[in-house]
Amino acid sequence: MILVIGIGNPDRGDDAAGLAVATRVRKATSPREVTVRELVGDQLALIDEWTGATAVYVVDAVCSGGTPGTVYEFDAADTLTEHFRHRGTHTFSLADVIELARALGRLPRHLAGFGIEGASFNIGDGLSPQAEAAVEEVTGLLLGELKAGV
Amino acid sequence: MTHGSRRANGHISVPALARVEGEGGLEIVVSDGQVTGARLDIYEPPRFFEALLRGRQYTEPPDITARICGICPVAYQMSACHAIEDACGVTPPEPVRALRRLLYCGEWIESHALHVYLLHAPDFLGYPSGIDLARDHPDIVSRGLRLKKAGNHLMAAVGGRSIHPVNVKVGGFYRAPTPRELAQLTPDLEQARQDAADTLTWVATFDFPEFERDYEFVSMRHPRQYPITEGRIVSSGGLDIAPKEYDDHFTEFQVEHSTALHSTLDGRTYLTGPLARYSLNFDRLPAHIQDEARAAGLGETCANPFRSILVRAVELLFACDEALRLIAEYQPPDPPAVDVTPQQASGYGVSEAPRGMLYHRYTITGDGTITDAKIVPPTSQNQRAIEADLVDFASPRLDMEHERLTAECEQAIRNHDPCISCATHFLDLWLIDGADGNHDHHHHDHHAAHPPELPHN
Repeated sequence: MILVIGIGNPDRGDDAAGLAVATRVRKATSPREVTVRELVGDQLALIDEWTGATAVYVVDAVCSGGTPGTVYEFDAADTLTEHFRHRGTHTFSLADVIELARALGRLPRHLAGFGIEGASFNIGDGLSPQAEAAVEEVTGLLLGELKAGV
Repeated sequence: MTHGSRRANGHISVPALARVEGEGGLEIVVSDGQVTGARLDIYEPPRFFEALLRGRQYTEPPDITARICGICPVAYQMSACHAIEDACGVTPPEPVRALRRLLYCGEWIESHALHVYLLHAPDFLGYPSGIDLARDHPDIVSRGLRLKKAGNHLMAAVGGRSIHPVNVKVGGFYRAPTPRELAQLTPDLEQARQDAADTLTWVATFDFPEFERDYEFVSMRHPRQYPITEGRIVSSGGLDIAPKEYDDHFTEFQVEHSTALHSTLDGRTYLTGPLARYSLNFDRLPAHIQDEARAAGLGETCANPFRSILVRAVELLFACDEALRLIAEYQPPDPPAVDVTPQQASGYGVSEAPRGMLYHRYTITGDGTITDAKIVPPTSQNQRAIEADLVDFASPRLDMEHERLTAECEQAIRNHDPCISCATHFLDLWLIDGADGNHDHHHHDHHAAHPPELPHN
């Protein structure tokens, strides 16, 4: 199974960037080829979400002080960069969850993904123009990878 | 500072605490060989949400306040529902209340499993993180994640979504799950009950520092049940009041060294949370859970905060047991929610969040507009008790090697599972308020050097 997971909070501005990518990927792919899920909140649930999947792509908003709209890539075969280490409002960052899964032997065979630097995370806001552009960019990159891999 | 000799002057400082929800720091000041002050830097006055709630409709607080915390959204929803229903003079029928209690059990399981396994246990076993614990003991951490997942599934089945349940409304639920849907959870919850029993056996083997405090415990108390959603507010100091009397006895106020509001009970420091619930309600636990607690080495009260991991494990076991009971006896509420008509009044609601009592108060007009809101989260209430823990714990241990003492002080904070996750975005508002004149403390530097909180709620 090839799985795409968008992470975020739909009510908190650019935090929804990962969810927006998931929505676009769902529209552009067939559910027979690619499973798409949205994860709101608890990143530890990722470990259960990706159980049984062979290739997993995760897209999340990032808040690392970079230029809003910047796109970061990761591959879990390597240690994640600091952009993915911010704990946010939870105790576990995406990088932590990946390390926990690695320790438990629960990493999928291939795990990669993207982070989108957000501009604002205010309650009730929509996506910023910078995040909107980055969502389009990441969707294109992800569809390209899926096409190459499928 | 010389290691191994009693330090005369100095600081024990942790600018950014690990394994707590959100960001906070601690600082202990030592002068002339005495601990002269201990500060837990938490920035959690929920003013932002209170302001956001004013002018909104009386039906909105369950959804809006659930977003304050990604770990305990059900607590916010329940306290909000209780307060709004109180204002409107409505008490939902028993089937609605039983379903609420079931949903709340899911949150207790989820939150306690996370804290016991990934946040607190590493302290007792000498690991810097849950990830390091998992490397050496994958089976144990997997058991914790399996427990957490059982709680998530329960929350999703009743609440509609495991984080920020969307099925809760003032008066009840949008839709009641079918008995069949809930019965499907039973095998997982039976496994969870076994896992919880094993958890208690496991944490009972830990070594605990000899340390007791003379707490005034505060929790809810119900005539028959262990308190989760309903009851009066009682304390070990003799308090026994209805939720509507909360503001007559509890006072929140600003302290100079922190942006967080502190809270006192008739001027006294008090503690809410698992230790308080357990110590004030041991007689409300089912007999077989009492037996399990005794077998794990607990008495009928517990005043050693380091042993709170034992109490959480008991509550974990109780929540699994209670969820199974509620599912076995489940009668779908029909209709799933009762009508709640607004009237001009104030309403008061409390419930027992995993980390302690959560109070909401709303004033609404006859057309249902909210004109005033007040929310007092458990972590705000516990700050003074946590700081007092730090003073009492560090004072006789100033001979200890600095690094170890720092680590144990950090652990002393984690004992209470503080939740700072709803904090940082309040900070700006606080500064705008101009109430921050003397705040040059390091937590501001800490935050200035960091990007704003990424809210994955």
